Amino acid sequence: MSSPWNSGRSPRQIAHSIAHSRREFLRATTGAALALSTTRAGAAVVPTRKVVVVTFGGGARDQETFMPEGQENIPLLLSELIPQATFFTQVVNRGILGHYVATASLATGAYETFNNFAAVAPSNPTVFEYFRKDLKRPASDAWVIAPSNGFNRIGESEHRSYGVGLGARVVLPKRLLGSALSPRDALLYDHLLRDNYETPLYAPDIGGDSMQLHELAEILKLSVSDFSAHAQSLASPDELSVYIARRLMQQLAPSMIWITLHDIDVAHSGAFSLYIDGIRRSDRLCATLWRTIQSEPEYAGKTNLFILPDFGRDSDEDPGGNGFQHHRTGDALSRTTWMLALGPGIRQNVVVDRPVQSVDLVPTLGALLGFASPYSQGKALTEVL
Amino acid sequence: MHPADLQAIDFAAYPPHAKAVATREIQLLRALPIAFLPLLLRELIDYDWKFPAERAELDHQFSYLDSKTAAEVSSLMRPFAELKITADLLQFDWVNDPVQFSEKLSANLWASQQMEAFRKASIEYVHQVALARPEPKLPGARVSILLVGQGVTKTKYPLFRKLREHGVYYTNVAPEGGYASALEVITKRAQQYPAPFAHWYVEGGKADGQPQGVSVVSYSSLEPARAKLIDKMIQTMKPGGGGPERLRTDLARMQPAEVGLPGNGDDALLSRFKLALLTQGSGTQMFSTTFVQWTAREVLRRAQPLTLFARFAPRQSEPAVRPPGLNPAATDPAASLVDADMGAYYTWINQQRLSGAADARFLVWFEEHREAFSSAPSLGRGETNDKPVAIEELITRLA
Repeated sequence: MSSPWNSGRSPRQIAHSIAHSRREFLRATTGAALALSTTRAGAAVVPTRKVVVVTFGGGARDQETFMPEGQENIPLLLSELIPQATFFTQVVNRGILGHYVATASLATGAYETFNNFAAVAPSNPTVFEYFRKDLKRPASDAWVIAPSNGFNRIGESEHRSYGVGLGARVVLPKRLLGSALSPRDALLYDHLLRDNYETPLYAPDIGGDSMQLHELAEILKLSVSDFSAHAQSLASPDELSVYIARRLMQQLAPSMIWITLHDIDVAHSGAFSLYIDGIRRSDRLCATLWRTIQSEPEYAGKTNLFILPDFGRDSDEDPGGNGFQHHRTGDALSRTTWMLALGPGIRQNVVVDRPVQSVDLVPTLGALLGFASPYSQGKALTEVL
Repeated sequence: MHPADLQAIDFAAYPPHAKAVATREIQLLRALPIAFLPLLLRELIDYDWKFPAERAELDHQFSYLDSKTAAEVSSLMRPFAELKITADLLQFDWVNDPVQFSEKLSANLWASQQMEAFRKASIEYVHQVALARPEPKLPGARVSILLVGQGVTKTKYPLFRKLREHGVYYTNVAPEGGYASALEVITKRAQQYPAPFAHWYVEGGKADGQPQGVSVVSYSSLEPARAKLIDKMIQTMKPGGGGPERLRTDLARMQPAEVGLPGNGDDALLSRFKLALLTQGSGTQMFSTTFVQWTAREVLRRAQPLTLFARFAPRQSEPAVRPPGLNPAATDPAASLVDADMGAYYTWINQQRLSGAADARFLVWFEEHREAFSSAPSLGRGETNDKPVAIEELITRLA
């Protein structure tokens, strides 16, 4: 911990300023309307509704996204997705700012408190367990595609009333790719196998499971060699994740898919250029997913897409941090982020400016899909119901 | 152990100067809460290895606290005392391992959702200490000179965008002799204002020489140390090697001699600083651009120099720590320019945080090209200057 520097503005003022800048910018560029109340959007009854959730592990700051100098980095979010979305400008994460524990908190709707670098299951039930138990859905209907080996327990909690057998299937694309390669070939895929940007080197392997690779290959109707060959043509781990997500959508069409993108978190290396590359790639991949949703018959017209960073990054002004590089100070910028919601029943081109919390996602999904989330600490976001 | 139970003997393992301060201040230390005291000890335990400016700040902090009555100290510390600390933290040997304690305290505060309260308490405390300290009188203005973009022949990247509002953006700079001028300026200033660790040259590649009175840190000269460190990291991160938590602890306890840096004599302080750059700076082990930015930040924050000259060099293209023994990685000058541009902005911010900020001078030059930015009390703000000017002139004007 280090001594914070007083920027002269309270966290509330900074958060307000963030929301204000986003709102004004969105109005100017997209003509978005401000939601003046929290009344229901008049959700349509959507048969067999599906949900895709995309989280960014390692959020992007306003300076590099919504502020004027950052707009060039998110052209597709701005021109294609936001005009079709309800946009929440102040999504506050009050939990621990580490990617695994924060993503687990998003997935449980409760602030988890475990060690970010430990391979442990969340203590509260996950959205996948609520979904499957209440709606009696099979294991094949809820999937998580996660960026690093450390996320392997995210699909299922240790909660006594839920837990074992009720979680999501978790795909760790890097682990799959690693198990498909010989040690010599692994060098060719080094750019895709990098596990974790929060520590300077790869996290320890959690043990191979070739059955999982072949099982997934069977589900995806893709040979292991084709998978490896295609992977080599991709530029980043997130592209590999989205590739698998699209194959899953085409072959299995699960009702709930949760994808955690992670390329942006290369910011921990301190290379601003790579951080910007990660933002631009995430922008492109989000648009790719939305287009896939629109083009796949099993998803078109009945799928809601939620996109949100797990949290932000440190501001330039806080001397306890080093600007964009980390998310260690706990300052307002590192805790405040945004969320996009799109799809049937959700109003288009609307900005919601009131502060909400990242743990509100799970009860919102519950309200949309028809399941309860009794252990969540959040509240359903009525603006998208 | 509770702070009230502290005895002088508890500091037996501290280095000599740190032990002397702790013994002298033991009455005060006993009165400080557990959520605060180990963080102060984290600074104190390194007292023998601190730069003069850091020692002066710590000395001031003790003087400030000593000047308060017991009731005033209690009042000042109340926000820290009100934080709920778990029993296992109290059992931890926070006297001898305050760094590890602060890691655990941090995790505890996050998990118990008390981090915001801690932040607020810290900000207020730092503010009060700073208010009580008279602005140190500097012998001359602070000067920072940065060179970015080495190896780039052409770019469309809009440089110095974040800086431009703070000074003058030059677009017609004659590039001859820029590097030599920067070296000359720092050498002259080291002679004019001689003081330990007051003048620094940070180099992203190989440093040309060792100007008298200047502390030099170069990425190239630390290659053997980086190789040893990376090997240590790889071993720890292997299955069964201990993982990230163990790695953090090991790095915090590492000694300069373990990576081949001199651990004794006059170079000891600089060696410890160099080791800290590699063990505490994320990305400094693999990217020279990150190394230069982080080093400039740490030099400004810790040594608070009068003169800083930092030169960025092209970084390796791949974002991975290269195990020792591999061939040199390909470099990416264009991406390095983008990194260095942001690094220059952060260096300006860090310079502005120091005393004498109103009189500070700053210059960043796109090496061998026509663009530069400068800020100084005599210069305007938010201006663009397209008149011909020599980089030598811009640099020498700063001195």
